Amino acid sequence: MTAYDPSAPSLQLTRDGQLKHFLTLDGLDRPLLTDILDTADSFIEVGERTIKNVPLLRGRTVVNLFFEASTRTRSTFELAAKRLSADVLNLDINTSATSKGESLSDTLLNLEAMASDMFVVRHSQSGAPHFIAESVTPGVAIINAGDGRHAHPTQAMLDMLTIRQHKHEFEGLRVAIVGDILHSRVARSQISALKTLGAKEVRVIAPATLLPTDVQSLGCNVEYDMTRGLEDIDVIIMLRLQRERMEGALLPSEREFYRLYGLSTEKLKLARPDAIVMHPGPINRGVEIESAVADGLQSVILNQVTNGIAIRMAVMSMAMSGQVAERSQAQSNALPKGINS
Amino acid sequence: MTALLDMDQLLDQLESGLREQLKEREISNPVLVGIRTGGVWLADLLNRRLGLDGPFGELDISFYRDDFSRIGLNPRVLPSRLPFETEGRDIILIDDVIMSGRTIRAAMNELFDYGRPASIILATLIDMGARELPIQPDVVARKLSLAPHQRVKLRGPDPLHIEVRDTDH
Repeated sequence: MTAYDPSAPSLQLTRDGQLKHFLTLDGLDRPLLTDILDTADSFIEVGERTIKNVPLLRGRTVVNLFFEASTRTRSTFELAAKRLSADVLNLDINTSATSKGESLSDTLLNLEAMASDMFVVRHSQSGAPHFIAESVTPGVAIINAGDGRHAHPTQAMLDMLTIRQHKHEFEGLRVAIVGDILHSRVARSQISALKTLGAKEVRVIAPATLLPTDVQSLGCNVEYDMTRGLEDIDVIIMLRLQRERMEGALLPSEREFYRLYGLSTEKLKLARPDAIVMHPGPINRGVEIESAVADGLQSVILNQVTNGIAIRMAVMSMAMSGQVAERSQAQSNALPKGINS
Repeated sequence: MTALLDMDQLLDQLESGLREQLKEREISNPVLVGIRTGGVWLADLLNRRLGLDGPFGELDISFYRDDFSRIGLNPRVLPSRLPFETEGRDIILIDDVIMSGRTIRAAMNELFDYGRPASIILATLIDMGARELPIQPDVVARKLSLAPHQRVKLRGPDPLHIEVRDTDH
């Protein structure tokens, strides 16, 4: 559909560097990523109160525009928007207008006519949220909730929040990402975030058939053997085997995959003793991770889910804030010179 | 100006005003909640001066401000910290300066999201007047009237002092 231009990171930033859309982590610097994590910390505290809502987005409308099925991501976005006091509309486009032949642009025009302030977009095609951000009415924020194999920036940021909670800083950390890197938009965003935040090493561990051909250009070390790969590792991120995206015979069998790349209690001992285990979910128990590990002491998988709400609250309020700033800047520029002095 | 704003004297006045209020309302076990940043320094000092046993609370009202549609989110927001139950408690809410009253409205909205307090006493070091909302402090150490372009701010924490500055470019 669209060829998005990675050389135009300004699409998601205001002129003074505030977030106004959240499409990709590429082009966002360390201070901005740290601001997102810090703001999310404040929202974690809000989640512990009797009343978990704050009035930041009161009177605004957030549309969850999901062109691809999702339970966890959509429900945490929905909860995040509701906790910011926004009105939320969930649209599952698979079962809606596009199946009746309406184009993406027409669907969007109709939604904008409902005075929406933010679209949270998930799409199976890489670049769809960029396309929407380029064509949307000024003042409307676009949040990428996962596009094709390209990016899943809120998932990566909630993972960074989880890592920071347990390891406190990124300098010196060795992080392993294990499994289906090829089909994983999460892995791409995680690698980008870890590099920006200053992790010492990002190591991807996978069979050659599940690595993208350009893996070296992502700036991480590649390991095909899990025994060697887990050595000295502080953080293990397991990825889900995306069977629904598999075309052709990339794997001999799931059992073989588990034997070689599954995280078992035995293999976990190869990493540092205080290593934490993460998984973006949903988990295929016995395919990429042993149940005892997923539920074990080193697992922080359920922390990730809680952090997902706080990160999404942070990103939504910051992007809306950037839109507000840009609009008031445009208004003051529109005034004739001399009036506001 | 500095002679008018002797910090020890102001704190004495704040303390005695609060003791009077507590006695009048027959409150024996209040908790202090300071609004970031100046109010938190004051809450810390008054907690000791009033001889209260427990911790004091810190409020960051950034998520509750009424000007999000004009200026957006404060990028320096920190978590609020109320390390006690507020339900049914008598709360002393403290800020360094009161002017429009909008900060206090936001702070009270935030406080109620933690539970329903029995009462709130509002104490501020300085009252600048210029109110825009019907909110009045119960205890004030000093009323000031400055030129419209002047603002006061508590600086600190060590030493605590009051700064008067011009907002004119």
